[in-house]
Amino acid sequence: MFVRLILILLAGIFVNNYILSQFLGICPFLGVSKRVETAAGMGIAVIFVITLACAATYLVYNLILVPLGLEYLYTIAFILVIAALVQFVEMFIKKSSPALYQALGVYLPLITTNCAVLGVAVSNMQVGYNFIESLVSGIGAAGGFTLAIVLFAGIRERIEFNDIPKAFEGFPIALIGAGLMSVSFLGFSGLIKL
Amino acid sequence: MEIINVVTAVASIGGMGVVFGGFLGYASKIFAVEVDPKVSKIQSVLPGANCGGCGYPGCAGCATAIAEGKAPVNACPVGGAKVAALVGEIMGVSAEESEPQVAFVKCNGTCNNAKMKYEYKGISDCAFEAQLSGGGAKGCAYGCLGLGNCVKVCAFGALSIKDGVAVVDEEKCVACGKCLEACPKGLIQFKPKNKKTAVRCSSKDFGKEVIANCSTGCIGCGICEKNCKFDAIHVENNLAVIDYTKCKDCGLCAMKCPKHAIKNERIEAMAAKKAAEAAAAKAAAPAGDSK
Repeated sequence: MFVRLILILLAGIFVNNYILSQFLGICPFLGVSKRVETAAGMGIAVIFVITLACAATYLVYNLILVPLGLEYLYTIAFILVIAALVQFVEMFIKKSSPALYQALGVYLPLITTNCAVLGVAVSNMQVGYNFIESLVSGIGAAGGFTLAIVLFAGIRERIEFNDIPKAFEGFPIALIGAGLMSVSFLGFSGLIKL
Repeated sequence: MEIINVVTAVASIGGMGVVFGGFLGYASKIFAVEVDPKVSKIQSVLPGANCGGCGYPGCAGCATAIAEGKAPVNACPVGGAKVAALVGEIMGVSAEESEPQVAFVKCNGTCNNAKMKYEYKGISDCAFEAQLSGGGAKGCAYGCLGLGNCVKVCAFGALSIKDGVAVVDEEKCVACGKCLEACPKGLIQFKPKNKKTAVRCSSKDFGKEVIANCSTGCIGCGICEKNCKFDAIHVENNLAVIDYTKCKDCGLCAMKCPKHAIKNERIEAMAAKKAAEAAAAKAAAPAGDSK
């Protein structure tokens, strides 16, 4: 059981990396990866929200949708849950920990529209993880997101100072960098079999 | 197809929406953070440039600090007396006038004055060049590199590079202090706007070395110190430093400086005017003597 949880965690971070292997959450990946500090801030916020979202969506799916036979409504239900959850978390943090609120800043509401959150929730449901496994898989997926975005921000900081052909300046070279990162993460595929 | 399926679907999702909505509405009341109404009022009168010149993260941070009494009503150096008066009105305090400051660049090593060690052809970034051996291509390790990191950060267009050295336009400068941080050599400092005398050199090298590298560097001779009647200028670490609390802006030091490292804009403007007049007189005089 314990080994399986560790494997789920590692699979989420490396093998099934949500950005580099499944291409979810690309929008924040490109949007807030200009500097390492902001990328790390976004990553931490994502870890926080995905873990909570995994718990909430698991409960909603198994306690509401399955008993009523409404499994086919999971997409809309999950979006609803995640949006409400992020709003609530924002309010809660604003009141209880202004310092954390300042640190997470604008990234928290941005995550509402991060499809990686929905992606993790849906994939947990489809694979059929239990509650604990869902949580661990969420942490792993978010950890993978953080790893990818921080590494990518580091690369982009270096790229800034390079002599890039005019046509490749800005996003084109960033996208090429992301593609190469994705290729390198291919090396992890098949490493863990669950 | 049974109608009941549709009803349960609508009811359950709709119900969830209502429950979440109600819950969030309730939570927003419980977790409401009281914001001082003064904060938003103060923020509306601040310039809104978010330059950080006050030392707080942006205008919102400054407004919060003022409302909490942690910062004075004239905390915003950009807005000056006008904004301070408005903020004072909101806070119910009268604003005390703060002396306007401007930034100035402590280097006069233009292309003609300063020697170069080598030719720099790298990235156009002062911080990058300053890491190279000898602190960049300029002969003087303290001098302005002229690649314009200060120009890039200035939100008010007050800085420019002239003859390879950064120059501040005092009319545009609002003393936000961004350039002070941007300069890797620490060449930019504040001085009171009404004091026109400034030491335009930062070299702490000994006189001989300064002369070898720059024709207008401070050699630490101390002539200014001896001539100052107000004890306002002193040579510290081979460099003349003006104490603006004592300086009366007479410009005597600028006139006596053998290397012209101290500049007084008032006197310079007068001299330029005189030279222009002399040139005009010469041009106006009949070309008789140049037969």
